[in-house]
Order: sequence, then structure tokens, then C-alpha cells
Amino acid sequence: MISDGASSGMSVRTREAAIAQPDGALQPLVEAIEVSKRYRTQDGTIAALDPVTLVIGEREFTSIVGPSGCGKSTLMRIVAGLLPPTSGSVRIGGVTVDRPYVGAGIVFQDPTLYEWRRVLENVLLPVEIQRLDRAVFRRRALELLDLVGLTGFERKYPFELSGGMRQRVALCRALVHDPPLLLMDEPFAALDALSREQMNLELQDLCSRQRKTVLFITHSIPEAVFLSDCVVVMSARPGRIGATIPIALPRPRTLDVLGTSEFGRYTSEIRSILASWGVLRAR
Amino acid sequence: MISTRARAWLYPLTTVTVLLAVWELAARLGWVPRYLLPSVSGIVVRTVELRALVLRELMVTLWETLLGFGLSVVVGVPLGFALVSWRAFNQAVYPLLIGSQVVPKVALAPLFLLWFGFGLTAKMLIAFLVAFFPIVINSAVGLASIEPEKLDVARAAGASRLQLFWLARLPNALPMIFAGMKVSITLAVVGALVAEFIAAENGIGRLLLNANGNMDTELLFGGILALVALGVVLYLAMEAAERLLLPWHISQRVQPGTRLDAAP
Repeated sequence: MISDGASSGMSVRTREAAIAQPDGALQPLVEAIEVSKRYRTQDGTIAALDPVTLVIGEREFTSIVGPSGCGKSTLMRIVAGLLPPTSGSVRIGGVTVDRPYVGAGIVFQDPTLYEWRRVLENVLLPVEIQRLDRAVFRRRALELLDLVGLTGFERKYPFELSGGMRQRVALCRALVHDPPLLLMDEPFAALDALSREQMNLELQDLCSRQRKTVLFITHSIPEAVFLSDCVVVMSARPGRIGATIPIALPRPRTLDVLGTSEFGRYTSEIRSILASWGVLRAR
Repeated sequence: MISTRARAWLYPLTTVTVLLAVWELAARLGWVPRYLLPSVSGIVVRTVELRALVLRELMVTLWETLLGFGLSVVVGVPLGFALVSWRAFNQAVYPLLIGSQVVPKVALAPLFLLWFGFGLTAKMLIAFLVAFFPIVINSAVGLASIEPEKLDVARAAGASRLQLFWLARLPNALPMIFAGMKVSITLAVVGALVAEFIAAENGIGRLLLNANGNMDTELLFGGILALVALGVVLYLAMEAAERLLLPWHISQRVQPGTRLDAAP
């Protein structure tokens, strides 16, 4: 079909045009209003997430930090439309999310690559599902792979790659159909410390170039501060948003920023918030 | 110094050679009467002599086996998927399916011959009956055992139920399905053979019975040899198909001689 290719090419252009227009003022892209999640089990209902409101502006990088089991991942899955909330609602770009939201790229803690597909085929999975123009997006996939240093690995199978490389492929897969929104659930938690810093730099680079809105979930306070425009601190189960801290560090940020006193002030502020809830206890 | 690769061939080869030599010797020296255990060379000579006959009967058995096996795959994989994805169907059919495995399937063979006559249909169905269970179970387990996040990745991109099946569930299940098919294809040979034992004009089963009746023990062994060859060829064909279709899986499999406790 001719119209298929034409419309997909168009949607990319309009998206870029929309992003290029209003510089400065942040339009809210994601609005999660009073969303909560309860699970029914044999011993009654368990609250995974107390009603939470989260608003993310367009092109804003928002991180959520909090202890294990505070419902961070639940919140992200609700925003993605993968999990219906028990109460409340999510709107993205003004449209209520009542099914998986196609305009989001998702990265999980595990790369969750399809081991029966080669690297390039893995990256092209969303393109295939959405029946976009393969030729156009194949070029884009190759560009993305090049951007994360995986040129020459396009025809490898996932088992032939290291953990860091696999996570890079997962990142490319999340970005290939050019979604305006990136949802990342502890994407670098399984990587060693050095790879992690490398991935943080690459992610910052990618996001500034591609102008993405990002919801980033992490356990690491420095990672959250380094990457974000805004850090949301959540309390333990049932999850609640305890504090929202805007990060005013100038961009682009290099690893040198990790040693600055400003950076230290942000991380210790977040730490003390968590400590005040008894999550981090001083001896 | 012999390389590990060479040893993997040499050692079993030595065992087989020694065994055959002892056998040959025992037969030649008359330790065992010829109608009980003919010499290896005698078996070979007799089989080569009657190769046209053996081959013809083998082809009949092969055909029955392949039909039964093919039917097992065609019925087994969708049935496995239905069991996984359709709860009511699962509850209605699964106990029956498990229960049916308690019935010695070979015992049903005479009944099938009664129902479907002495032709190819009955033999195919008996081979199917014996062979289909591992495929159903392996398909069901394979289709059910996918990490939810692998599905989420596709769902988040807007995948329909059909796309989830073709892009994620089915390829994810293929290694398990193949494992089931490897078991099943050797079982299908057994099914076909049993059917031939009970009633057949031709096939290796018939050949074995005839040879037995004529006290032609050499030909009897020849028929068994042909069956062994058939089993090996079918198994190797499955391996080759797996290697071709699932190159990503083969390389991850445990190789013989791998220490399971050792880090990769």
C-alpha cells in the first residue's frame, strides 16, 4: 500500500514539527491523575500504589527514586497502558490511556530481546508490529545502532552480545519508531558500574538529540540527579510521592558534574528525604 | 595425543567394534546356534542379498511413520496452544488428555484396525496415537512459558493478540516444540511397527514376522538393523531441521561433555 509508507513518513515529520515549535514553556505530555493500584489476593486486597499524581512536561526528563516495592514499576506500567489502574486516569498528550500507549518506547531492567531475532530485527520489532515503512526505519535503526556503538553487530544474535550491548539494543528498539515518550524501568540496574556511567552519558546524548520526554525509574540517587530535570521521591509500600525536586544543573552534563558541590547537595537532599522515612538509616 | 573431538568418535567406535568381534567369534565357533544368533557377517550378507525387499518394506514403514508424525504435529501444536489460551477448553480436555495417557496406547491398536480397516489410515492413526502426546505437552509448556516482559515489549508497541502469538509466543515455544517432536518421531516408528505386527500386508513389521516364521534369523536382524537406521536418520533429520530453523537455539544448548556446574 502506498498510503501506508506516506502516512508513516508524515507522522515522523509532524511530530518533529510539533516539537520544534514552542521552545521554552513545557506543555504537560504525561498526566497521571490520582492513579492507584490494588491487587486482590487470598488475604484480602494489597495496595501496591496509593493514589499518586504525576505530571511530566514535554521534553522533560523525570526520574522516580524510591525503595524496592514502592510501586515505581507499577506506576510506569500504568502510564504505559500495560496495566489498568484501580482508580484514577492517565492522559498522554491530552488523550486518555486505556490500552497500551503506542507512542512510548519502553526499556526494562532485563533487555528482553527476542533471542530468535538478530540485533537489527530486534530493533525493528515495533516497526514490524506497527507496519511502518521498513526501508525508512531500517535506516533509522542502523543510525541508532551506530549511535550506541553497535555498528557491525546488526546480524548477531542476542546471545553473542554482552549484557551492556544487549541493553543498548533494547534502547534502540525503544527509540526506533521515534516515540515522543521513553519509559525506562531501572534500565541499567543489571550493568556494571562503568558500563552504567557510559550508558548514562549515551542516554543523555540521545535524549537531547532526539528531544524525548523520559520517565526513568532507578534505585540510584546519583543516576537520577545526573540525568534528570526533575526527581520524584517515592515512599515505601503502598507507594506515595513524597517529594519532587527540580534539578537545575546546566546541560550538557559531563561526568565532572558528579564531583561538584551542587550535585552533592542534590543527592544528599534526596538521601535525607529517604532517611526521614526510615528507608536509609544512619548508624 | 588424541584430540577430544577424535576421542568422541574413537571411544564408542572401539566399543562397538569389540562387541561385534566377540559376537562374530561366538557365532563362528558355534557357541550359539545359528537360528538364535547368526554371525554378523551372515546378517550383513543376507541383508545385502535382500536389500531390495528390505528397502521396499522400510519405505512402507517410513511413510506410515511420517504420516502419523505429521498428523501429531498438525494436531498437537494447535491443541497445545488451545490448552494454554482457552481456560474452559483446558479444564474440559486436560484431565481427559492426561487420563488417556494411562491407557496403554498399543492396546488400542486392534480396535483401530477394526475401525479403520487394514489400510494405511489405521497405521497412520496408531502412529499418531503413540506420538502426539509429547508434542501437545511440550507445545503447551513452551507457549505458556514466556517472560511477561517479552509480551509487554510487543504490547507496548501495539501488538494485537495475533501478532503476540506469531512474533513472540510461537518462536519462544519452538525449542520446546522441537524437543517434543524429537521424542515423538521415534515413538511414531514404534506406533507404525506395532500396527504392522497386528495386521499388515507389508512394512518392516510384516517382514520381521515373516522372517521369524521362516526361522530366517539373519533377515530378522536385517530388519531390526533397517529400523535402527530409520530411527537414526529421522532423528538426525530433526536435528538438521532444528539447526536450520533455530540457529539461535542450537548454539545455546548444552553440549555433551559440558560440565553443568562450570561457568560458561
